[in-house]
Amino acid sequence: MPAVMSLKDVGMVFPAATGGGGVTALEGINLQFEPEEFVVALGASGCGKTTLLNVMAGFLPPTSGAILLHDSPITGPGRDRGVVFQKHALFPWLNVLENTAFGLKIQGVGAKDRTAIAEENLNLVGLSEFGGHPIYQLSGGMQQRVGLARALTTNPEILLMDEPLGALDAFTRENMQELVLQVWRRTKKIVFFITHSVEEALFMATRLIVMSPRPGRITHEYKLDFCQRYFELGDARKIKSHADFIKIREEVLSIIYGEEIEE
Amino acid sequence: MALSRIFGNGQETKDPYGAPGTGKSTLISVVTIVVILGTWWLVTELELIRALFVPPPGLVFSKFLKISCYDHYMETLLVFIGARDEVVAECLGFSENALHQHILWSLYRVFSSFFLALVTAIPIGIAMGVNRFARGVFDPPIEFYRPIPPLAYLPLTIIWFGIGDFAKIILIYLACFAPLAISARAGVRSCSIEQIHAAYSMGASRHQVMWHVVLKAALPEILTGMRISIAFGWTTLVAAEMVAAKAGIGVMVLNAARFLATDIVFLGIVVIGLIAFFFDVLMRRMERLLVPWKGKA
Repeated sequence: MPAVMSLKDVGMVFPAATGGGGVTALEGINLQFEPEEFVVALGASGCGKTTLLNVMAGFLPPTSGAILLHDSPITGPGRDRGVVFQKHALFPWLNVLENTAFGLKIQGVGAKDRTAIAEENLNLVGLSEFGGHPIYQLSGGMQQRVGLARALTTNPEILLMDEPLGALDAFTRENMQELVLQVWRRTKKIVFFITHSVEEALFMATRLIVMSPRPGRITHEYKLDFCQRYFELGDARKIKSHADFIKIREEVLSIIYGEEIEE
Repeated sequence: MALSRIFGNGQETKDPYGAPGTGKSTLISVVTIVVILGTWWLVTELELIRALFVPPPGLVFSKFLKISCYDHYMETLLVFIGARDEVVAECLGFSENALHQHILWSLYRVFSSFFLALVTAIPIGIAMGVNRFARGVFDPPIEFYRPIPPLAYLPLTIIWFGIGDFAKIILIYLACFAPLAISARAGVRSCSIEQIHAAYSMGASRHQVMWHVVLKAALPEILTGMRISIAFGWTTLVAAEMVAAKAGIGVMVLNAARFLATDIVFLGIVVIGLIAFFFDVLMRRMERLLVPWKGKA
């Protein structure tokens, strides 16, 4: 299958604040995204995960390499790539429905059509009854669901998720992992998902990339199928406590810790 | 018992380890006001202080009634029908104007200045927040004149703009301008980079990001700036009316001081305070209506 999006030798060097060589945040990143993939980037803080996402979203132009979407280079942010942030990204002056419909509104879609599409997406994340609520009255988990619905409303090809569950409590987080997987299965979007939770990464990914810091680069890649098993079994806890899962979890953990010890 | 319920018994039994100073304070404020008014009444009633220094509240109130009406036609009419001098004198206002005329003149000056500040300071403040060039241009003059007391540049406004209302409005306008511009400038910085990025990734243009995100996020700070700004306007009012004003609360107070009419001075102070207070209440209502998310997001 042809890659929808591909990163070719992408590098990112931030200029140093006080002269000198600058900080290499990313180096030699090569990635291909194929249809219906759920790619999770895992790594310790400072390994360049978020920089990578910002480069893919088009917020930051890379200092070297190229990012191609259907063989044409991206030049900035666009609605073909929806972004879900960790927090503080919703608009508190709009209610849930208006937040969700925002992307369509600025594209000039009429009120009736955009409301219908937004409601459809709110329904997808289980918030169909909360359209009229103000954002600031929702819990953190519900706010993230609005963020997800909003990113889906513009019908992007790729969903970029920057630690979307990072600010949630452990119970909400596990529920949200399942919700995100369900949404992914139903919408068939390519997902690029950042996390620093090994368990979350293994559970959700069809492909896991492990990154290491200074300079940020991809060191390991895994093909995984725990999310498929979840769709078959429907029991997340069972999968996360399965021997296969624990084995690979320890392997990935030792990679991450090993890197830290090296320094 | 009752007192400890109002003022707290020092132990705050409800939440002994909570943040200090929580809980309602409305009742305490009401008691404070009553105590202040009561003390005022008592010291004048017992004649502990001469009325020249602190006029009794009753006198201030009767002065309020007396200067509330001044009507040239009413006076002519009263004289015409042969009313007694005392009756005519009851309707003389102060400084040739009734209280409401003084108030209206002052309101006119303060609010036209405030309006001018709104239409100039907010756009300039926003421009300063989002544009390096505008910030470079406007920052030095604003930061330079901002701490200067309006009384210091009052002579200049008179020399440049004369003794008419325009000079007075300019003076109050300058006082209103700086706090409003600064808050608008800070306001456009209050949206998060995630909100801006989210809008761009949904296909928003730069223009749309400005309008739908940056300006909306700036609204709470701009409203706060408006409250601060109008308060600066009121504090500058008396200075603005010092020179060649015929009517206005400031004129009334200054003229009254010249004749040692302390009761009128008191009245003027109370009137300015009350108007400013009620406008602030109105602004806070507006805040709750326009920016209900303030402090919650």
